[in-house]
Amino acid sequence: MENSFWPLAAVLISLLGAVPILLSDRRPNLREAWTVTIALGKFAIVASLLPAVLAGGGYRFTLAEVLPGVPIALRVDAMGMYFALVASFLWIGTSVYSIGYMRALREHDQTRYFACFAVAIAATIGVAFSENLLTLYLFYEMLSLSTYPLVTHKQDAEARASGRRYLTYLLGSSVALLLPAMILTYILAGTLDFTTGGILSGRIDASTAAVLLVLFVFGFAKAAVMPMHAWLPAAMVAPTPVSSFLHGVAVVKVGVFSILRIVFFVFGTDLLAELHLGVILTALASVTVLGASLVALTQDNLKRRLAYSTIGQLSYMILGAGMLTAAGMTGGLLHLSMHAFGKITLFLCAGAIYIAAHKSNISEMDGLGRRMPVTYAAFFLASLSIIGMPPLGGFLSKWSLVVGAIDGGQLLLVAVVLVSSLLNAAYFFPIVYRGFFARAAEENGREEIREAPLLCLVPLSVTALFCLALFIWPSLALELIQKVLSP
Amino acid sequence: MSFLNLHMYALAAPLVGAMLLFAAGRFGRRLVMPVVLAALSLSLAASVLVFLEVLTAGPFSYTVGNWEAPWGIELVVDHLGALVNLLIASVALTACVSSLRRSSAELPERRHQFFTLYLILIAGMHGLALTGDAFNLYVLLEITSITTYGLIALGKGRAPLSSFNYIVMGSIGACFYLLGIGYLYILTGTLNMADLHRIIPLLDGRGAALATAFAFLMVGLWIKMAFFPLHVWLPNAYTDMPDGAAVLIAPLMTKVTVFLMIRVMFSIFSPVYEFIQHMAVQHIIVGVASVGIVCASAMALGQKDLRRMLTYIIIAEVGYMVGGLWLANAKGMTGAILHIVNDALMTLCLFLAAAAIAHRTGALGFERLGGLYRRMPLTMAAFTVGALSMIGVPPTCGFFSKWYLLLGGIEAGQWLYVGALIFSSLVNAVLFFRIIEIAYFRTPAEDSPVHEPGKGPRREAPQALLQPLVVTAAALIGVGLATGPLVERVIRFALPVGY
Amino acid sequence: MDAMLQEIVAKYNYWIYVVLMMIGFYAMIGKSNLVKKLIGMNIFQTAIILMFISAGVKKGGGIPILDKQAVLERGVEAASIVNPLPHVLMLTAIVVSVSVTGVALAILQRIHGLYGSLEEDEILEKIDR
Repeated sequence: MENSFWPLAAVLISLLGAVPILLSDRRPNLREAWTVTIALGKFAIVASLLPAVLAGGGYRFTLAEVLPGVPIALRVDAMGMYFALVASFLWIGTSVYSIGYMRALREHDQTRYFACFAVAIAATIGVAFSENLLTLYLFYEMLSLSTYPLVTHKQDAEARASGRRYLTYLLGSSVALLLPAMILTYILAGTLDFTTGGILSGRIDASTAAVLLVLFVFGFAKAAVMPMHAWLPAAMVAPTPVSSFLHGVAVVKVGVFSILRIVFFVFGTDLLAELHLGVILTALASVTVLGASLVALTQDNLKRRLAYSTIGQLSYMILGAGMLTAAGMTGGLLHLSMHAFGKITLFLCAGAIYIAAHKSNISEMDGLGRRMPVTYAAFFLASLSIIGMPPLGGFLSKWSLVVGAIDGGQLLLVAVVLVSSLLNAAYFFPIVYRGFFARAAEENGREEIREAPLLCLVPLSVTALFCLALFIWPSLALELIQKVLSP
Repeated sequence: MSFLNLHMYALAAPLVGAMLLFAAGRFGRRLVMPVVLAALSLSLAASVLVFLEVLTAGPFSYTVGNWEAPWGIELVVDHLGALVNLLIASVALTACVSSLRRSSAELPERRHQFFTLYLILIAGMHGLALTGDAFNLYVLLEITSITTYGLIALGKGRAPLSSFNYIVMGSIGACFYLLGIGYLYILTGTLNMADLHRIIPLLDGRGAALATAFAFLMVGLWIKMAFFPLHVWLPNAYTDMPDGAAVLIAPLMTKVTVFLMIRVMFSIFSPVYEFIQHMAVQHIIVGVASVGIVCASAMALGQKDLRRMLTYIIIAEVGYMVGGLWLANAKGMTGAILHIVNDALMTLCLFLAAAAIAHRTGALGFERLGGLYRRMPLTMAAFTVGALSMIGVPPTCGFFSKWYLLLGGIEAGQWLYVGALIFSSLVNAVLFFRIIEIAYFRTPAEDSPVHEPGKGPRREAPQALLQPLVVTAAALIGVGLATGPLVERVIRFALPVGY
Repeated sequence: MDAMLQEIVAKYNYWIYVVLMMIGFYAMIGKSNLVKKLIGMNIFQTAIILMFISAGVKKGGGIPILDKQAVLERGVEAASIVNPLPHVLMLTAIVVSVSVTGVALAILQRIHGLYGSLEEDEILEKIDR
């Protein structure tokens, strides 16, 4: 573990990059150029840190020694690198897509939008590279706050109400649940550093551990474990790139990532197995997986359906972790990247549909597939990945989950995974089917519905192809995950 | 200049400035700004140097006029005193830039009188931070209070009445304090703090009188710091006073009084007396503090005016500090002392923002705050940082003092206090996000005087109001990140022996 | 009972101060006329000042003003002079009291100018209107 400035640089490049973005208010092309440059730069820095991590080392950087035993510090390890790679790579595509989307719709306040986005991605990488719980909390809150202007971008009454719900859930849970959990951990362990094997073993009894675990799971409301999920559908009022990236990739993944960090590096899988606490995770996750999938079936608004789908998919990762078997945990972690690529494609498609046809409800999208073949093809591939069918990447993670459940002798969980995958199919396939094969309802509304602009099509095609590619070449992801589970 | 006198410059500079202003101000209106800025800059420079000296060489004492203690008045500069002294000087200089600008708008023809009182108030506060004599403390306390009464009365509307009510309650507080040290004098024959500290443990069989003395001292100071339920004078007084005065008084007065309570508790009496010999009292006080935090937060929810809301938050914050000190453990005391610094800065930031907003909108009712993010983005950005600090979001400083206070509360088993802290954080989140929402969403009223169609709605506050605000907001994050060294190298030495 | 009565009678001056303090306190809180509140404040402060001065009194003690020659020759006999320190402190306290009274009176003048009355309830009524 060498001391290096680079982890901080990875975070700062977009945090400080928000300043030139704000200053280029009057020159949209310059501003957009900044956004893309920062995105590319961030990915470059993150990727450059990869070799050391794969070799078994890493980097760290202490920002400030604020509390005894708890500095604000960054560390690049396998798990953080995994998440950061996914997030920073997808950020490039999202930036390009955002530019296309905002310009096509001539949205207002674009500077504020891009600046907040820059801060949000900085916070995401900050969470990925946090060395301890305090630093994670800091960046977690930064993410909640910087995404508020993005969620409420439209600034109408609906945005206001949704924004209120967004903050109530996210800030309320972090102050009322997460902060006490953090303090309790500090009192028990004397430190908040993320350590392999956890920091609580031998210092905590079963009932306190159970309470603490529940506090953490609900405290990280970004993971949308029911009942702390209601902010996510409300946040769909945001412009689609926001929904796609932040709520398909960054914000929600930060929540699950944080819970997984707690599971692996604060509690430690051995302690959880010893105290039989895995069942809390699997129980909460199963309820969410099934519940969210069922609700998704009833949603007509495409983005809301995708939102509930996300809620369900996130809990797969927690389900995997809760199985406490190697295959299960691998599956859970793998699903982080598989779902990210899949879900972002789906949202980008939803946005493309909105730009091209101004439709948000599935019932109005009959026959659209014939007019937007690329978009719908991407949608099809991504939904296959999420459902878990080969030859898409999602198959690998779901398969791993099933194997993990069998390994742990938890056949009920096998049923949960299979049933929910069926439900996933039930809410995805009709969209594709109706898009390609159904007759369009209104003839006159069709005028010139063409494919979405190129700036939108390219990113979504790339991510869809990645869903395929990840099935064929999952080695990087698997290698990093291996390092997490057995360092 | 011999080093040992530096702290005197911190005290003397504003005092001399005040006299200069009063004498010459009538003829030289232009003198006000240079005199005030010069005096407070000198004061700040001296305070910084004194602070650095205490950090490197340790505490020292100074006898005024060379009359030996304990008969002469002794000034004691230790870690806590130097810290508070530096805090006063920095807040004063930052606030005065804003006050100078606001007072030209609010009371243009009375500026030199206003600033005379202003400078005497600051001198008095410096004295409070430095004094080592209990009676001298009373005199300085009254100096600061009297100037405050005057400054409040210069406001508009019902300010004179609010000031008068404050006079009545504040005098009761000061008289109780005087009564307390009267008892102590009868018991010990001395008024020097170090001497009292030495003699009090030797007094046997005087338990009742000592306890009465302590009670009077405490209640007197509680009235002055607006500790619930003795807080009734504060909302009116702080809301009605002119903006130029509010940015100075609101951040400092209650915190300096909390510091005085620490002086009484640890430099005159000792933790053994309060915490070990009279343990039941400790629980009662922490309980009252907790109730106070909850009630003040709840009352803040009902307010429709920004300034008034902030005054109730001040009352809640006082509850944090008093409760934290009476937790009787190192973490709680560290949190309380840290909170003196942090809360002063947070309150300064919020009141400066309120002054800037009032400058443009004229009043601070919630309905006037619409669309402020568009009109005054920098002001609102700084306000947001202040709000986040009040809620307790890292890396702003407010988070770290809350951390210590929560840890202290859990360690002491005071669950009511811990619950009150969390409740208050949530209420602060609601309070401030209400405002942030209004400022973010509502468009400015069409007929509002600042809406200039065609010119774009942005009309930021003038530089004199904006610069101190931005500096303070940055300081909130800077001090937050510097919490480690602050606690390790300063506050740790401010705790009483054994903690 | 007898001993307690003895105690009370012996310290009658302190009891008077307590009574004075209570009167002052009552006036400050209970009266609605602002000037009466101010007078109550003065009474309260005066009672405390008297208490302090009482603390310095000695039986048969004289005024603490001494002849320089006498002191140089025979020194000072502490038991024969009243303690001057409380007197000095109370001079300061009186100054403080007078200052506060002065400021309060100025404010009262202002209040009277604004509202035409010095009764608290009338003033509050005028404000609410």
